[in-house]
Amino acid sequence: MLRYLLKRFLLILPTIFVPLIIVFLLLRLSPGDPAGMMLGDQATPEQIEALRTQLGLNEPIWVQFAIWLKGILTLDLGNSIFFREPVMEVIPRYVSVTVLLTIVALILAVAIGITMGLISAMHRNKPIDRGVVAMAVLGISLPEFWFALLLIFVFAVTLRWFPVAGYNPPSAGLIAFGATILLPAIALGVRQSALMTRMMRSSMLDVLNEPYITTARAQGLPERKVIGSYAMRTAAIPVVTVAGLAAGYMLGGAVAIEIIFALPGLGRMLVEAVSRRDYPLVEGGVLTISLILAVLNLVIDVIYAILDPRIRYQ
Amino acid sequence: MTVRTASDSTPTAQPASARELVLEVRDLSVSLRNADGLLPIVTDVSFSIAEGEAVALAGESGCGKSITASAIMGIAPDNAEISGTIILNGAAISGLPHRERRKLCGRHMGFIFQEPMTALHPTLTVGRQMTDTLRHNLGLSHAAATDRAAELLDRVGIPRAREILKGYVHELSGGMRQRVMIALAISCGPSLVIADEPTTALDVTIQAQVLDLLDEMRREFELAMLFITHDLELVGDFCDRAVVMYAGDVVERGRAADIVRSPAHPYARGLIDAMPRHGDQRARLTPIPGTVPPVGHWPQGCRFAPRCSRAGKKCTVRPPLAVHIRSDVRCWYPLKVGQ
Repeated sequence: MLRYLLKRFLLILPTIFVPLIIVFLLLRLSPGDPAGMMLGDQATPEQIEALRTQLGLNEPIWVQFAIWLKGILTLDLGNSIFFREPVMEVIPRYVSVTVLLTIVALILAVAIGITMGLISAMHRNKPIDRGVVAMAVLGISLPEFWFALLLIFVFAVTLRWFPVAGYNPPSAGLIAFGATILLPAIALGVRQSALMTRMMRSSMLDVLNEPYITTARAQGLPERKVIGSYAMRTAAIPVVTVAGLAAGYMLGGAVAIEIIFALPGLGRMLVEAVSRRDYPLVEGGVLTISLILAVLNLVIDVIYAILDPRIRYQ
Repeated sequence: MTVRTASDSTPTAQPASARELVLEVRDLSVSLRNADGLLPIVTDVSFSIAEGEAVALAGESGCGKSITASAIMGIAPDNAEISGTIILNGAAISGLPHRERRKLCGRHMGFIFQEPMTALHPTLTVGRQMTDTLRHNLGLSHAAATDRAAELLDRVGIPRAREILKGYVHELSGGMRQRVMIALAISCGPSLVIADEPTTALDVTIQAQVLDLLDEMRREFELAMLFITHDLELVGDFCDRAVVMYAGDVVERGRAADIVRSPAHPYARGLIDAMPRHGDQRARLTPIPGTVPPVGHWPQGCRFAPRCSRAGKKCTVRPPLAVHIRSDVRCWYPLKVGQ
């Protein structure tokens, strides 16, 4: 198991560096100039040139890359051009929102997906099953931003149960935090829960046909245990895959939801940093996301290895 | 000629000795419910097994052997309609609700499956599968169940039992897996063990070992054993009595040695002639022409008639299971001894 972990860990490095190099090059190839953005329309070409030199933007591109790479290795990602403070201090403020949102949305999605998928499989081809499958198709088809607006309209504007937008950190109290995170988490999680419902249903139906389930029954184990333990253990494996993909998607792509609910998250920060040509902050943001995704993949691999011992030996 | 219809009182339906009957099956029929209605799979199967006795259920694939076994065990598919009487240790269990039937599994009846690779859980340790069964059925503590599981593995000839308990099925060879399966099936002290082609998926060299082990277990624990097979040679060596099935029907029933030596039903004769015999290299194999008719397409009258060289005028009427020389035979023109 330890060797397996080490092997997986070494594979993380290329996963992180390839996107970094691509983003670094794309930023410098794209039009727009951070110095010009910072100084505004009134700046003279001399002033802009002076700032460019100060920021190191006049160096050859590989020198800039080397300097930046050195920064990463010494945990210094430079200063944000817009915020004028270290990137290492800006990013954590935004990461926590995105990670918390993802965790809440993922818990909702997994809980709903597994429950509904299980109910559906247990009542195969009966009205309950058809109802659940229809709901899942609807859930997969709904655009997230539209569903988010619908949730705001119903629960925030009409019923006034939740604030329309904004964010309270968990330090403000669990209820205050929950009130601002629940609607975005539902909006973000509903599509994923629909995907997991379908995955859970079909993998459970497959597993129930496996001979080892018949063996468990022939051993006299009660149906509760046969389904809940023997069948679940193998049926859950594909759901873990979907959950991993969902987590990756939520961490990197929750921009629309963050903007609609005015959440200060990583996705929104990145979009704004790109439009400001804030090179260090964009690079820092991409580094953060690739790091999170790499760690996430590692976690998923470990969960696989725990759920399915056969994987460890391959 | 008057035909005496075979019933449970005929000598060949009952074990020879006066040992206690463990299983009695009377007129067991199984149908599958589908969109078009009920599809008969097995019709009017009757036999019994005594303590310490092995009875073979023989026939080609698709004859209804396995569904008969799962109906006895109570693990038939949900859409199966089962009629007839199943008596286990003197109590009728066929009318019991699903939940009560499940309680008999493991404790009173053990099941050995054909494919030990897929019949054991791939991601639970061998130990967990065994202790789950032992703890649930016998109410043992975790430690006691682990000790018992190790003893059982030891008993079925698995070395380093404690280590194997911590491992997974994919780490074991086919023969070892089937030994684990056997240990699991007998773990809670059942009086009846049903073995569904237990050696079919194994290497020939391993087959004999596993059969020996099953035989040993049967003698040691006085198990009543229902042995499902398509290999009539095994039947003669391994079983006391045999029930030959064709297209959902019992076609011959009697002492295993008699049936293997001189079968009375043309189908049983065909099965024996279709098997290679050791030491006789000149003898050519004689296949039975055609295949088992699929369920739902059984011929009227005798179901074997279309493949039978002895078929005559009477065969358009379904023959009863009648007493013939030494066995019960469902045939209008049964073979004589040595024929």
